[in-house]
Amino acid sequence: MKKEQGIWKVITASSLGTLIEWYDFYIFGSLATVIAGQFFPKTNPTAALLSTLATFAAGFIVRPFGALVFGRLGDIVGRKYTFLLTLVLMGGSTFAIGLVPSYESIGFAAPIIVLLLRLLQGLALGGEYGGAATYVAEHAPAHRRGYFTSWIQTTATLGLFVSLGVILLTRHSLDADKQISIAKFNDWGWRIPFLLSIVLVIVSIYIRLKMQESPLFSKLKSEGKTSANPLKESFGNKTNLKMVLLALFGATMGQGVVWYTGQFYAQSFLENVCKIDFDQSRTILIWAIVFGTPFFVFFGHWSDKIGRKWIMLAGMLLAVLTYRPLFKELVVLSDTAQKTEQTSLAKKIATLMPVPGTGDSVRVIKQTQFFTDGLTLHTSTKDTLYADAAKKTIKPLVTVSKEVGDGIYWKMVGIVFLMIVYVTMVYGPIAAFLVELFPTRIRYTSMSLPYHIGNGVFGGLTPFIATLLTTIYTGNQLAGLMYPIMVAGICLVIGILYLSNKKTIH
Amino acid sequence: MKQLKRAAGIIWMVLGPVAVFFLIRTAANEIITKPSADTWVQWGVFVLIFLPIAFGLSLFGYYAYKGEYDKEV
Repeated sequence: MKKEQGIWKVITASSLGTLIEWYDFYIFGSLATVIAGQFFPKTNPTAALLSTLATFAAGFIVRPFGALVFGRLGDIVGRKYTFLLTLVLMGGSTFAIGLVPSYESIGFAAPIIVLLLRLLQGLALGGEYGGAATYVAEHAPAHRRGYFTSWIQTTATLGLFVSLGVILLTRHSLDADKQISIAKFNDWGWRIPFLLSIVLVIVSIYIRLKMQESPLFSKLKSEGKTSANPLKESFGNKTNLKMVLLALFGATMGQGVVWYTGQFYAQSFLENVCKIDFDQSRTILIWAIVFGTPFFVFFGHWSDKIGRKWIMLAGMLLAVLTYRPLFKELVVLSDTAQKTEQTSLAKKIATLMPVPGTGDSVRVIKQTQFFTDGLTLHTSTKDTLYADAAKKTIKPLVTVSKEVGDGIYWKMVGIVFLMIVYVTMVYGPIAAFLVELFPTRIRYTSMSLPYHIGNGVFGGLTPFIATLLTTIYTGNQLAGLMYPIMVAGICLVIGILYLSNKKTIH
Repeated sequence: MKQLKRAAGIIWMVLGPVAVFFLIRTAANEIITKPSADTWVQWGVFVLIFLPIAFGLSLFGYYAYKGEYDKEV
């Protein structure tokens, strides 16, 4: 009983810190547009370049690098102090981003400072997960590792949930008037989610400081059997290197794309392809996460009984088979061409704003259409009426936003929920799977790299490649799915052929 | 099963260079179409990060072909 209480303390301490790290990492991504306006003005090419570096370098280069740096440290010094260090680094950088003056105030120093802080965030994230997963797994009894580590697995999704919740709450609570509140948020309110992080981090550090080092690592250390060079042992030794490669190509690569498709691309698809309104596209994801999160624990627990392999591979198989019909259904649900309009309710307002000193006017036409299933379509068309009748706006700026009724809303929640369930299948058991693949002395290093390449690189690229594909195959709204389906498909075949369902107890 | 594992190794070995070829071709096309420093950085990062991964996939295929994964692991 006392042992059981102990493991829950370990899980709470580890999960809370990891959740905060994910929260910190996501708020930057979720607020990328607002941050870009503050620090990386598009009119300045150098600032825009720094913005690109902040986006791509932090996720793709620095994360795996952090996995190597902190993995090595964790296998030499110990798990506890290493993942405490990553937490301080992440929390400190996030808090500092909230304090950096804008580009308007301090010029180029602003984007450079933000870029450096973002790189620190990526570095810290690269070191955190492996430490937390290893720490919990090494406290857990071998036959329940799947169950206990699955709590760590919930943190990435919950971190996203908390970040979305905090952003939406802050965005709507700065003024009684919705539009003024959003304007205040874009001006200075976006700093609140960053500054809030420091409170969470202090609490988490306090809890983690009270924890003991992992018993398996302590035993190794007392026997003088820790690795002197974990990087060399992990990647310079063929026996271990082939396990690292198998973990990457047979498990984490597929897990990464399923994870990002369900949690990020689905929301981006709702907003950009289906044109669902900003708030609704986010609350749909929030509900799907709320209903889906318990499945991490369910599948983690189940993997202790039937093995990790087939649960993870079933998640990938379902993703490969059903992504196209699921995303197609999202398009159909939001397609106004297939709906009946209540024409008597339609509204159209046109406003003219004279451009001083030119005789031209900017015309904005706001049109609202209502449909029988509760969908409301807002269309805004902006063009210029020139004083010179021969001149015409070549391409008016048209923005479309849809608010769906309850019926469609919950159907969409159901579809995204299914995708989150796939995420829980591939992600729930993976910490236990990775931990069991490598020996204690080099576990932190060995598991961190394939995890962050799979999740950070293959997964992190999903939104970018999916968008790129839709620009190549312009007539096909589902073209973006080719990437996750192909990567998950290859990973599935490799997993079926080479992964074992047997547990290796190191 | 062992034969299948080894034979599939050849596919993974070939897939590495094939992926690199398509990556570099796409990068070149993108840079030609949008020749800004931004595009260079983006695709530079992708090529830089994917070269070792593609090498890893070929190495994985080589190990599979050589029978390193014949035993259940």
